[in-house]
Order: sequence, then structure tokens, then C-alpha cells
Amino acid sequence: MNSGVITAMKPRTFRRHFRESFKNLRRNGWMTFAAVSAVTVTLLLTGVFLVIMLNLNKVATDIENDVEVRVHIKLLAEEKDKEQLRMQIESLPEVESVDYSSKEEELQNMIKDMGSDFSLFEQSNPLYDVFIVKTVRPQDTPNAARKIEQFEYTETAVYGEEKVENLFSFMKTARNIGVVLVAGLLFTAMFLISNTIKITIFARRKEIEIMKLVGATNGFIRWPFLLEGLWIGLLGSLIPIGAISVGYYYAEQALSARLSAHFIEFIGYLPLVLPVTGLLLIIAIFIGIWGSFISVRRFLNV
Amino acid sequence: MIEMQGVTKKYPNGVTALSGVDVTIKQGEFVYIVGPSGAGKSTFIKLIYREEKPSEGNVIVGGISIVGLRQRSIPTLRRQVGVVFQDFKLLPLLNVYENVAFALEVIEVEPAVIYKQVMEVLDLVGLKHKARMLPTELSGGEQQRIAIARSIVNNPKVVIADEPTGNLDPDTSWDIMRLFETINERGTTIVMATHNKEIVNTIRRRVIAIENGRIARDEQRGDYGYEA
Repeated sequence: MNSGVITAMKPRTFRRHFRESFKNLRRNGWMTFAAVSAVTVTLLLTGVFLVIMLNLNKVATDIENDVEVRVHIKLLAEEKDKEQLRMQIESLPEVESVDYSSKEEELQNMIKDMGSDFSLFEQSNPLYDVFIVKTVRPQDTPNAARKIEQFEYTETAVYGEEKVENLFSFMKTARNIGVVLVAGLLFTAMFLISNTIKITIFARRKEIEIMKLVGATNGFIRWPFLLEGLWIGLLGSLIPIGAISVGYYYAEQALSARLSAHFIEFIGYLPLVLPVTGLLLIIAIFIGIWGSFISVRRFLNV
Repeated sequence: MIEMQGVTKKYPNGVTALSGVDVTIKQGEFVYIVGPSGAGKSTFIKLIYREEKPSEGNVIVGGISIVGLRQRSIPTLRRQVGVVFQDFKLLPLLNVYENVAFALEVIEVEPAVIYKQVMEVLDLVGLKHKARMLPTELSGGEQQRIAIARSIVNNPKVVIADEPTGNLDPDTSWDIMRLFETINERGTTIVMATHNKEIVNTIRRRVIAIENGRIARDEQRGDYGYEA
């Protein structure tokens, strides 16, 4: 007689659950296929979208970080006046760094960027000496520029005014939309997958009923289902992870070659693919197990 | 073995299935539960394996009151009570061997022991040679024999059967009844709800008749007592 306490799971039982979960995947072939497909499609969407979002964000941040205030120094300013201006600029709380660039250096840069036609100006250099000012937060650039304009030895302080402000507000909106979309996509994925798993388990409620009739504990019934959910999640993540790993390799190569001329740089292969695929894997595992858990629980507590 | 004391069962929809039932069934008895449809036979059966809880009164199985049994202790009770149904309740995707072995796997019996015990009961029900077949490949009578094999494979003290011959033709029904007799001879208590007049009147055993939720008749070696 097998009465008395129900003891903790034996390793043999765990191996049995393991085996059983694989057998169940095979026995319920079509249901497995449906659930795996649901995971695949949603994770693929989520993954591709994440890749695009992260890269847009990277490009936006790069552009933002390139924003600088160019402070033209009055031509009359002496060495000590320049020093005073530098101190004034540096004392502003928004300012991160101040670099000096003489008008000769400015001209050389211009010749380098624009071509040797500009070497004509070497005779009589029309440019200003400048301070190149970077702010701690890119959004503070307009503010800092306005303050710097007030200083005695500032001729002008330029930062690409409207363009920059438009860019900032555009980026802010784009980021917010992106976050909402990713969240929505993940939520849909969870919902779709747990529903699919619920249907596969609903089809097997008779099985659960019979397990209970012959005296299976709830834990014993639940384990193979949880493992099954885990396998479904993992199987479903294979194609999205593979597609993103291979796809991004080629996309990055093709696009960065074409876009590097415009100073746009994408996130490198490994720094992008590792976290994204890692995240997809975690989502897949979590969704698989969680979906099974929720669904089995409904049929256990009758 | 099984005792009911003043058991009343009211369902949430207002139907009173049983009222004030007192019964004692001893170890090793073979008991028919008879009565018109809807008289409370199935409720009587379900109370024994704690599918239902009585609204009032007490149910004792194997010396333990199962009324206050906690959810997590129900599996322990189920392992002492084999159940057989009219619709067999086999798992269609498992083969015959796996269906029977299942009842032992859930109580974590060693694989070697499982094999031995399953083969023994399959031999007892005469289906050892069909161990690898799926339930759907078998006749109704054979499926019911598998269900019976599953119900006894862990040597329970009681086997509860709810209309076990309800879906079977007369010849097959007799085979099934002979099987129950064999199991009973090994000392297992059998409680069987049935509509089969011929069987009750031929294989004479204790008969408990339930009418309108009450015990109308309780006779040793009784007869069916209703027109079929």
C-alpha cells in the first residue's frame, strides 16, 4: 500500500518528467507546432524591431553628442582676455569641456574638409579663434550658447540653432514611440503565446483529469508541462535568434559601408547581437514556462 | 472499509442527490449500487474517491475521514481507491502498457517494479500480447479491461466502478464481470454502480438500492428489483 506522505521528487522522477516532456511535444505534434510558431513570429518581430530601435537610438545619441557650441572670440581679444573668457565659460554648470582652436587651425581644418581652393585664404585669414564648447547634456546646448553670448569677448556663439532644437524634439518623440511599441509588442507576444499554450493544454485537460484520478500530485502533473513550455520557448527562439545573428551581420556590413560617408555609424555586430539575442532567449524561456504555469493551474484547481 | 454516516449531498443548483445516507461496506465485499437514473448512484460513487464532498455527514475510507481531507492529501486517497468508468478514460496517445504504467509512475515506483507489475495485471486481464497497441486500436471490452488493469495495478483496497459495462455488449459485459469477480477474490473491495439487471440477478452479491437520494433497500445476495 502506497499511503502516507508524498515525499520530495526523486532524481528518477525528474528524469521521467524530462523524458515525458519531450514525448509530449512529439505526441501533440500540431499543438507543439502552433505554439512554437507563435513564439517564433512574435519574437522575430520583437527582435527585428529592437534592432532597428537600438540603432536609431545610437545614431540619435551620436548626433546629439556631436552638437557643440562654437564660440567666436573677438578679434581684439588679447591672450589674457581669452583666458578670462575660457574661465567664464568653464564656470557655467552646463559646460563639460572647452577646447581652443586658433584661426590657423580652423583654416587648416577647412582646407582639409572643403579642398585646397580655400588655401587662398592663407594670405589673409578671415576666420576667428574659437572655443569649442561641449555641454554635459546635449539638450543644454541652446542655453549655454545664450549665456556665452553675453560674455565680453564673445563675438558670436553658434550651434546650428533651429536644426538642433528640431532634432532634439524629434528624437524625444521617436524614443517615446519606440518604447511604447516595444512594450506593446512584448505584451502581445506574451498574450499570444500564453494563449496558444493554454489552448494546447486545454486540449489535454482530460489527461490532467485522469492523472488526478490515479493519484498524481499537482506537482507531478505540472512538471512535464512546465518543461514542455520551456522547450516550446527555446524552440521558438531558434529562428529569431538565428535570423537576427545572420541578418544583422550582413545588414551592418552593407549599410555601414554606404552610410559611413554620412558619419552615421551603427552598433557593432557583437555589442548588438549578444544582448538582443540574450534578451530574446530570456523572454522565450520566461514566456514558455509562465504560459504553461498559468494554464495548468487553471485545470489543476478543479 | 467504507463508511458513510448521515451523508447528505446538495449541489449548488439546489438538487439534493443524497440525504441522510448511512452505509458500511466491509473489506472484501462486492456491492452493487442500483436504482433509477438520477437517484444518486453516481454521487454515492464520487463521494468515495472525493470527487465530491458531502454537504453534511461523514465519509470514512480505510479508517480515515476524507471529508476534511486537505487538497494536497487527495492524491494519497486516490492511490488507495481504483476507479473504473463507463467511458474507460484511457489516454489516447499512450499505448496500453503506458496507460497502465502511468498509475505506478505517479507514485514513483521503480521502473523494474513497474514493468513487472504492469505485465502481471496485463496478464490477469488477458491483454499482455497487446501491450504496445494504442487504446483506439482495441475493442470497447478490451479498453475497459485496460482501465481495470490500471485501477488495480497499484493494489488498491477498493475498486469503484461507475457503470463499467454501460458501453459494452452483453458477451463482453460478462467477461468484464468475471474479471471483477477475480479481483474481488483477491480480497479487493468492489463497489459497482450498474443498470444491468441480468448481471445483478445472476452474479448475486450485496445490493444497495438508492431511490430519491435515500437507501431504499440493502440486501445481501439481493436482486436488481427493477424492471430493466
